Amino acid sequence: MQRTTEALTAPPLAISGLSVAYQKKPVLRNVSFQLPHGELVGVVGPNGAGKSTLIKAALGLIPKLAGEVQVFGAPSASQRKLIGYVPQRESVDWDFPTNALDVVMMGRYGHLGWFRRPGAKEKRLALECLAKVGMADYANRQISQLSGGQQQRVFLARALAQDARLYVMDEPFAGVDAATEKAIIGLLQELKREGKTVMVVHHDLATVKEYFDSVLLLNVEVQAFGKTAEVFTTANLAQTYGGRFAYLNQQDAEMNESGAASGIGRG
Amino acid sequence: MESFWSMLTDPNAQWILLGCMLLGLCSGVIGCFAYLRKQSLMGDTLAHAALPGICIAFMLSGTKSIGLFLVGAGIAGLLATFGIGWITRYSRIKSDAAMGIVLSSFFGLGIVLLTQIQHSNYGNQSGLDKFLFGQAASMIGSDVTIMLIVSLVIVAACTLLFKEFKLLSFDPGFAKGLGFPIALLDQLLMFFIVVSVVIGIQAVGVVLVAALLITPAVSARYWTDRLGVMVLLSGLFGALSGVVGTWLSSTTVSLPTGPVSVLAQTLLFGLSLLLGPRRGLLAKRLTHRKAKLVLQEEQRMRATVSGKGGVDA
Repeated sequence: MQRTTEALTAPPLAISGLSVAYQKKPVLRNVSFQLPHGELVGVVGPNGAGKSTLIKAALGLIPKLAGEVQVFGAPSASQRKLIGYVPQRESVDWDFPTNALDVVMMGRYGHLGWFRRPGAKEKRLALECLAKVGMADYANRQISQLSGGQQQRVFLARALAQDARLYVMDEPFAGVDAATEKAIIGLLQELKREGKTVMVVHHDLATVKEYFDSVLLLNVEVQAFGKTAEVFTTANLAQTYGGRFAYLNQQDAEMNESGAASGIGRG
Repeated sequence: MESFWSMLTDPNAQWILLGCMLLGLCSGVIGCFAYLRKQSLMGDTLAHAALPGICIAFMLSGTKSIGLFLVGAGIAGLLATFGIGWITRYSRIKSDAAMGIVLSSFFGLGIVLLTQIQHSNYGNQSGLDKFLFGQAASMIGSDVTIMLIVSLVIVAACTLLFKEFKLLSFDPGFAKGLGFPIALLDQLLMFFIVVSVVIGIQAVGVVLVAALLITPAVSARYWTDRLGVMVLLSGLFGALSGVVGTWLSSTTVSLPTGPVSVLAQTLLFGLSLLLGPRRGLLAKRLTHRKAKLVLQEEQRMRATVSGKGGVDA
């Protein structure tokens, strides 16, 4: 009982002093932040800034040099059922002999535990999740026959099937078609309405203001973190992206002139 | 057909038949996961690594005990796996190169030891070289009992842990995120590969044993898009090849059982490659041709329509 109340008040994800290195090269240095409840949070930074590493370290998938990760007030290892994870689409071989429904049911494996096979209940839930991402008609489709965007939606449906309270997504918008982008946005909004917290690694600076309540600017260290309106400024972006300051500045000026939100290219 | 019956009634041939069948079955089943995890060559590495293990077991004991050979081969196989893991973890060398290095150095050591044994005065070293190319005909009841136990354990484990092995093969990162002990499952799968390789060495030898793991799995993949069916088919293909190998070698004196089994698997693979629905070469050719015909038909229709349009105007 005590733990449930704690879980309700403790931040969905609290990271303090996190450092990660591959071989000797530091990828993350002294990263600390706390995600607020029920928000869509974007993680933005240049290539090699450690965005994916941050996600993997937060989930305990890779070893960390130092620091602490807490999910709803407890170490992430003990809170796995509260976390939904959407890995990068390229991280798996889509020629694997399985269909979309089967992949979505994998989201239930953690709840099923050892040895138990997914049954009718899991199937029904997986179909519901597929329907939520507009993929109900593709349930029995072999996964290699899905387009990139459809594959991404299958991954999202799998995370939905996890029925988590904190969702962590690694570049769900990378290389998807307009229909999928729309489906993902709809889904993120729905998760937010349900009071869930979603952290999304994002590449497209042009859409950050539109999509996310808060934003984390990352380049090995945390450059800025807070409400998008306050933090997503030219100065902060220049600091995060370093050498591309002039380019961004110019883009920003152009964007302000035209008032269009589609000026800034991919970071 | 008569020869088939005589094989089934001959008690000696029965052991060999059962042994080859079980071997094909369990390597086929475990081979699916190895193939899908892109570790097909692991079996080859382990098999080659087993040779020095067998030689050292013989040099230490001075007897040709299959049980001791299996222990030696198993230890050498595990050392090789750790070696590969160590190289890939602590250097920038990728696993294919690491496997190549480990495979050849272990096999080289094995050949050195084998030559050493043959040139020194171990009394009964004759027959040790059978482990290079295998000799299924030398299998006896106790060997087949070991094979039976191993096959049962592997098939039971793959049935019980089907969901876990599937997730591990498809998306290990996600599996870890769900809290499954990926390292443990990985080691278990590797252990099963080592065991099936080791029991296969006697029948087909260190050089060919990898074929038992790879070929049925690859063939089965051509017939289905479901993992469960693929594992079943692969086991079936392996067992069938074992039967064919034993049958052909029992009818013709000079045919070796193991290599004939491997060739039977290659034949099955060829058929799968050619005839597999959707993935097979023939199916691909047919769909391509169909698409071409449809396109041509469309173009002809369009041409007539626009031609008419031109006349009307």
